[in-house]
Amino acid sequence: MKYIDEFRNKDLVDKLVKAIHDISRRKIRIMEVCGGHTLAIRKSGIPGLLPETIELLSGPGCPVCVTGRRAIDTCIALARLPDVILTTYGDLIRVPGSVSSLDEEKALGADIRMVHSTLDALETAKTNPGRNIIFAGIGFETTTPASAVAILEAEKQNISNFYLLSMHKLMPPAMATLIEQGVKIDGYIGPGHVTTVAGANMYVPLIDQYAISVVVSGFEPVDILQSVYMLVKMAEEGRHELEIQYKRVVTREGNVKAKEAVERVFEHCDDEWRGLGLIPGSGLALRKEYNAFDADIHFKVDVDPAPEPKGCLCGEVLRGMKRPDECKLFGRVCTPANPIGACMVSGEGACQAYYNYR
Amino acid sequence: MCLSIPAKILEIDGDSATASVGGAVVRTSLQLLDDVQVGDYVLIHTGFALQKISEEEALETIRIIEELQQDGDASASGQGQ
Ligand code: SF4
Repeated sequence: MKYIDEFRNKDLVDKLVKAIHDISRRKIRIMEVCGGHTLAIRKSGIPGLLPETIELLSGPGCPVCVTGRRAIDTCIALARLPDVILTTYGDLIRVPGSVSSLDEEKALGADIRMVHSTLDALETAKTNPGRNIIFAGIGFETTTPASAVAILEAEKQNISNFYLLSMHKLMPPAMATLIEQGVKIDGYIGPGHVTTVAGANMYVPLIDQYAISVVVSGFEPVDILQSVYMLVKMAEEGRHELEIQYKRVVTREGNVKAKEAVERVFEHCDDEWRGLGLIPGSGLALRKEYNAFDADIHFKVDVDPAPEPKGCLCGEVLRGMKRPDECKLFGRVCTPANPIGACMVSGEGACQAYYNYR
Repeated sequence: MCLSIPAKILEIDGDSATASVGGAVVRTSLQLLDDVQVGDYVLIHTGFALQKISEEEALETIRIIEELQQDGDASASGQGQ
């Protein structure tokens, strides 16, 4: 078993599609909150296979999309400081800030380096002792443990020129906020890799409070269709529950070791989400004990709040209120080669996923 | 960017390992996962192995889908693409 082809099997896809058509009677709205799911759903043409009773919405699941303009501007301001090397994952580089992007700053001479892992950023710090290495950390529960390990390693190895700019975010507060803001959702397709780390139990309060279903899903077509089937079945039976489709990696507890590392290094803070606004307790900041590695404390840059680009509907798109193709700029002015908003930058952004698989 | 890839562990060296991803060889840290053995399939994300993949659960998932058809209405035509 290679864990990919088996879950792209056409017979299984056909069986699930038929089963969904057989049982679906009620109209339901299902939202995915992981960019990986957004991409997979568009790429495999799943919406076209489903009955009209089922509406699929894309939510705030792409980390670079939900990172606000002000945070991007902060990264740019940090990259402009003398003696700084700004390291980050490739996804962030092309996101437009209010006047430029990290990509443009790099072309103008700022030392900005893409890394595949936080350990590469740490290595950069070791090989450049005279410079300050800042890692701009974005991402949800999946990505945070890697940042925690980097901080723990920097402490252990006494690396004093390594700093983290934590822009890490937590998924459940955003899922709750959407419902609070009045977005009508019957069930969530739960983010598979976020939950691999954090454990499915983190959705229990959400389900109790909002009478909503969550099915934690894998990323292949068979996984997603089975998750849709499970959500439809619960809706038809009048149940609101937590179920795991992606059992080959997801457990109720998650990866305890990874969670411990995160817990040691980070504490919850309020955080700004593009489109959703300020969500209490939805972000992660370094604990006081790790002040020495906190880019927010060491480098003071002044950045003004920045409005979204004119005409861009990213805010609505990220809340499932508008489809990308309802934006007037979509495909005409705004394309992957010339993105106006963050949702067109990443392959997992709803706008780019819609654009590539129209 | 939360997407992670299934990889087969080829060699373990302390708390890091080499793994094969569809033929390509990558390095991965094992700092976030205990009890990994050569031959295990793991999920790798940004250079870290995050979880072992359970073959037993994968087979069970497929079995559940295969059994769906027997409950359904066999006379209806398939709706696949
Ligand atoms: S198409 Fe472009 S401008 Fe319109 S919402 Fe998407 S990212 Fe923003």
